Amino acid sequence: MSAFQRHRRSGHVIATFTGFEADLLRSLASQLVELLHSEAAVPEDRDPFEALMDFTGPTTEPEDPVLARLFPTAYPDDEEAAGEFRRFTEGALRDGKARAAATIIDTLEEAGLPDELTEDGLTIDVEMDAGTAHTWMRSFTDIRLALATRLGVEDGDEDYWYGLPEDDPRAQAHDIYDWVGYLQETLVGALSR
Amino acid sequence: MGNVPAPSPVEVEPTLDPDVLDQVVVRPATPWVTIVWNDPVNLMSYVTYVFQHHFGYSKKKAEKLMMEVHEDGRSVVSTGSREEMERDVQAMHEYGLWATMQREDQP
Repeated sequence: MSAFQRHRRSGHVIATFTGFEADLLRSLASQLVELLHSEAAVPEDRDPFEALMDFTGPTTEPEDPVLARLFPTAYPDDEEAAGEFRRFTEGALRDGKARAAATIIDTLEEAGLPDELTEDGLTIDVEMDAGTAHTWMRSFTDIRLALATRLGVEDGDEDYWYGLPEDDPRAQAHDIYDWVGYLQETLVGALSR
Repeated sequence: MGNVPAPSPVEVEPTLDPDVLDQVVVRPATPWVTIVWNDPVNLMSYVTYVFQHHFGYSKKKAEKLMMEVHEDGRSVVSTGSREEMERDVQAMHEYGLWATMQREDQP
């Protein structure tokens, strides 16, 4: 199993993934990018120029539960203020999260992950500066929040997940959620050093 | 402040006696707070890291706030003007933490 480490001399963060792991991370990051763009923050069916000149964003909570978790309501008791906050922040937050996920994809592909994984025994060595590692760490949170929201993860429910039959797709998805959690833990450790 | 039986400072009449006006102290606005709520996903180490990194808190203070979130379900992580708290809440959302804001005196 891979883990992140801080290279002592360069201060860079390094990790080695199997081709399968790298491909899985790319797939998760791609799904996140897709989700962030799926439910439009602002309606798309209008004049492109008008759309460009309009800086307003959405004022109501996204319908998708993952997006609702990624962009929580800032003022729980004040709908109007919450709408205003959302209008001015959600677009930028979406773009930032999509860019962070794209950074994961770019880093992996620059490290040699091919478009299509065909070769067995491929290893991908990633090396990144602290800033890029910070971006990965943030995006791991978004990926984990997305997986956990879809699965319905709750506090202290580990026994439930470990009790599922191995071939249950939820058990497999939960294993991936755990794995990204492990990666994030080691990444936080590497960055805290 | 307090011994002037004047109306709320924002409603001061321009015709009011200047002597009285001098005594009307504009009360500082109630500060706002940023609250981070517990969620079953975010790692304790990550939440501590975010508090240190974004707020510049010491590791000890960041850990204390993280433990409050973890054990009490929520923690006030910063206090300030409404604008400052909006920036903090936005930053917490960038990091994937579940943050809200409200006036300090609000339950």
